[in-house]
Amino acid sequence: MALDKLLVIAAALFCCGLYTILTRRNAVAVLMGVELVLNAANINFVAFSHYVSHLIGGQIFAVFVIVLAAAEAAVALAIFLRLFSTTGTVEVDAADQLRG
Amino acid sequence: MKGPADLIFYVLAAMTVGSAILVATLRNIIYSAVALLFTFGGVAGLYVLLSADFLAATQLLVYVGGILVLIMFAVFLSNRISSVKLSNPVHFRLPAAGICLVLFGTLAYTAVSPAFALKARVTYQPTTAEIGELLMTRYLLPFEVASVLLLAALIGAALLSRPDRPDVARPDMEEPK
Amino acid sequence: MIRYAYIIPFLPLLSFFVNLAVGKRLPRKGDWVSLATIGAGLVMSIVIFFEVFRIYDPNFRYHVVVPWLSLEGRFVINAGILVDNLTAVMLVVVTGVSFLVHLFSVGYMHGDPKYSRFFAYLSVFSFSMLGLVLAESFFFIYIFWELVGFSSYALIGFWFEKKSAADAGKKAFIVNRIGDFGFLIGFLLLFATTGVLGYDEVFRGIAEGKIEGTLLTLAGIGIFCGAIGKSAQFPLHVWLPDAMEGPTPVSALIHAATMVAAGVYLVGRVYPIFTPDAFLFIAYTGLLTLFITATIALTATDIKKVLAYSTCSQLGYMILGLGVGGFTAGLAHLTTHAAFKACLFLGSGSVIHAVHSQEITEMGALRKKMPITFITFLIATLSIAGVPLFSGFYSKDMILKSALLFGMKNPQHMILFAGALLTAGMTAYYMFRLVIRTFLGEPKDRHKFDHAHESPPNMWVPLVVLAGLSFSFWYSGWFGDLVKTPASAIPAVHAVPASAGSADSVLHVPSAGAAFAAESAEPKGAGHEPAAHAAAASERPGTPGHAVPAPQGEKHPPAVPHEAAPGAEAGGHGASHEAHLDHLAHVWSMYLSVLFGTLGIGLAFVVFRFRWIDPEKVATAVRPVHTFLLNKWYFDELYEATAVNGTKALSRALGWFDLYVVDGLVNLCAQLGVWASFLIGKFDNHVVDGAVNGVADVTIGSGSFFRRFQTGKLYHYVFVLAGGVLIIFLVKAF
Repeated sequence: MALDKLLVIAAALFCCGLYTILTRRNAVAVLMGVELVLNAANINFVAFSHYVSHLIGGQIFAVFVIVLAAAEAAVALAIFLRLFSTTGTVEVDAADQLRG
Repeated sequence: MKGPADLIFYVLAAMTVGSAILVATLRNIIYSAVALLFTFGGVAGLYVLLSADFLAATQLLVYVGGILVLIMFAVFLSNRISSVKLSNPVHFRLPAAGICLVLFGTLAYTAVSPAFALKARVTYQPTTAEIGELLMTRYLLPFEVASVLLLAALIGAALLSRPDRPDVARPDMEEPK
Repeated sequence: MIRYAYIIPFLPLLSFFVNLAVGKRLPRKGDWVSLATIGAGLVMSIVIFFEVFRIYDPNFRYHVVVPWLSLEGRFVINAGILVDNLTAVMLVVVTGVSFLVHLFSVGYMHGDPKYSRFFAYLSVFSFSMLGLVLAESFFFIYIFWELVGFSSYALIGFWFEKKSAADAGKKAFIVNRIGDFGFLIGFLLLFATTGVLGYDEVFRGIAEGKIEGTLLTLAGIGIFCGAIGKSAQFPLHVWLPDAMEGPTPVSALIHAATMVAAGVYLVGRVYPIFTPDAFLFIAYTGLLTLFITATIALTATDIKKVLAYSTCSQLGYMILGLGVGGFTAGLAHLTTHAAFKACLFLGSGSVIHAVHSQEITEMGALRKKMPITFITFLIATLSIAGVPLFSGFYSKDMILKSALLFGMKNPQHMILFAGALLTAGMTAYYMFRLVIRTFLGEPKDRHKFDHAHESPPNMWVPLVVLAGLSFSFWYSGWFGDLVKTPASAIPAVHAVPASAGSADSVLHVPSAGAAFAAESAEPKGAGHEPAAHAAAASERPGTPGHAVPAPQGEKHPPAVPHEAAPGAEAGGHGASHEAHLDHLAHVWSMYLSVLFGTLGIGLAFVVFRFRWIDPEKVATAVRPVHTFLLNKWYFDELYEATAVNGTKALSRALGWFDLYVVDGLVNLCAQLGVWASFLIGKFDNHVVDGAVNGVADVTIGSGSFFRRFQTGKLYHYVFVLAGGVLIIFLVKAF
């Protein structure tokens, strides 16, 4: 019954995360946006696992997502620190060496 | 389920979404990080309501206790907290907002359309034992791969974070003298 | 020996090559080579002459041909010789005078640095002239004609270091060439219509009517143009006086006896082709020449110039004689003139050698110092003046008679006789003027007079020989018998109605015994007068209205039996009328010529010897006339202004055309090429390279454009990503 609501919540979370990624200059803020997106996905998984699926594969998936998010956050922050030490700033605009 | 369960559900939902909006819009990174904390908390509560007790605990432990703390550290270490201007270009906020709203609309529309075959009865059970059992049997490979991944992330993060010193700047393949 | 006549020209040709190649290294510088060859030629010619004389046939004709050049059977050029009475006489004349001139030159040209070359040239001239005399077709006579022209150029301009001599040589050749052009046109006309080149064949062609009327007259006039050039007739007489720049032996050989006679000989040789109109043209040309040049001779003071103009005048007489029908007369004068004029020239050479001057104003009383020269010169002068008993009288009288006869028959042309008669008087006058001023009276230049002396024997022996030949008894009788007018080849001239055999009767059948127009019915006499009668009777092939059919009194009835009867009748009737006129003309002309001659001689003595009339006063009285005559009627100036300057102007114009138009066109083409290449280069640079560069520019431009999408900023990429995903969603959802 509340599946649709949950899905709507997840969608709202996803869109906020997307908005954060698109708009924020600070790389750490972008990372926060990414975490929001991942959380939205997690909610979707768990909601479906609870209301639709007879198995709890959704939850396991969500566990793995959390694990990966952690690893990814660690590496990303290591990268940000490296970026900070080389360029002196964590702004996303500073990493445009791939500019064509 | 009517009753207090619904109320709690709505409160949790509002907290989650409201915090998410704050994360997106607040200028100050620290404030955003705190809002993110509440978002994670709200999500954990929703997990509980969805009979995912292990997951809720994991969420709080890892996300809030680990990732959020890590983010905090990174924010502090990047040293531009108070003076961070975060001058989002005006012309970009609107298109981004536009896309996000349209996307939300689409997803919401999809969400409310009756396309999913719901279970007849929704049960609430403890999941920890089952998750543990599944991780060891059916999902063993992803489990092991995830551990390797974590190892790689560990090594990678450690390597990336090493300070630049002349005697460690040389390539790793050379024999140490 | 007649059969070997063809050898005669090759003897001097041999000596030409020898003298040219090794002459300088031979003993005596090779003069004996030339003398030997021409002497041998003379001997052979005399033998031939006696053989012909023994036959004593006016129709004698020896003609052999061999096909020489055959052009695919369509057309054949034959080579061969023709010997008849006229040829035999000419051979003796040419070789004889040539031999005497060779002998004279040994003394005259002694010490000249180009001695052996002079003899070589004399030899080649003799070769050319002998070849001309023996030729039997227009083709070969033209070849030798040109060779004679070249030889005379070489000889006139022998002392070419002197500009006037080189110019004289050029003038002779060029003026001759103009006449030769007419000759070429004339005989090519004949060739084009009849298709053949040999004399007999051409005559046959004319008789068959292949060419007639105005075209035939033009052909005849064309051929006569050659004679105008070669024999120095008006208006191409201008080269002869200038030709006196050559050594005197050359003048004697060429301009007295042989080369200038070639024109007269040609007219005689091709006599049958001339129409009555052509004959009139010839006669009037002769008249004009003899008169104009005689008037110039009245005032000239250079001894050789006087003789040169006298030569022109006498040639005019010969041409006049031939033109009025006096075939025998003209050719007789040719023969006698050869002797006395050569004598006069060699005599003048002797005088010049002694006095070292050519002006009679510096001479005088030379008879005391050079008696032999004086006597021989006087004899020759008496001959040219037409005094009876001398050869000149014989031949000139014949001419005058022919002219008078023609004038009697055609009164509108009586001027021919009148002019000739008057000029006979002038001739006598100026020749005796020359003799008196040179040999008689008092010496004008004492210094020169003291140095004068008689010439050595190798110079006066030819003089004596030639003077000895200047008496009429050598020629009278046989000449008129043997050298007779040939019948005309033109069919229309004869009153005999055309019949199957008429063609035969009028032309020379090449086989032995040609149908010469015969003498009248009168028996042939012993003296020259009856012979002259006979010659006159047969001579007039011209004017229509006078039936002088050729077969009249045919000498060889078996040849044309069916013609003899009607011809003889008509001839018989006309013959007596003819004979009467003939006799009348003969008598009148003889007396008148003697009268005028005497008047001329008398006047000369009156003016120059007895001084009863002062020539200076006369000259002043008629100063314009005198100046006009002294300046040779201003012919040279006229020609210079018109022909010479005209040719120069034409060549300048053509040169301008070549330089600016033709070269301009060539340069224009080159310039077009340059412009074309310039344009192509521009095209290549801008269009072709432009296209290539354009492609590159488009690539760079598009690259620059699309590069802007790669900002390097992550959130741009994510934006695009999100936008794309959204679009997919929307498309899929709806």
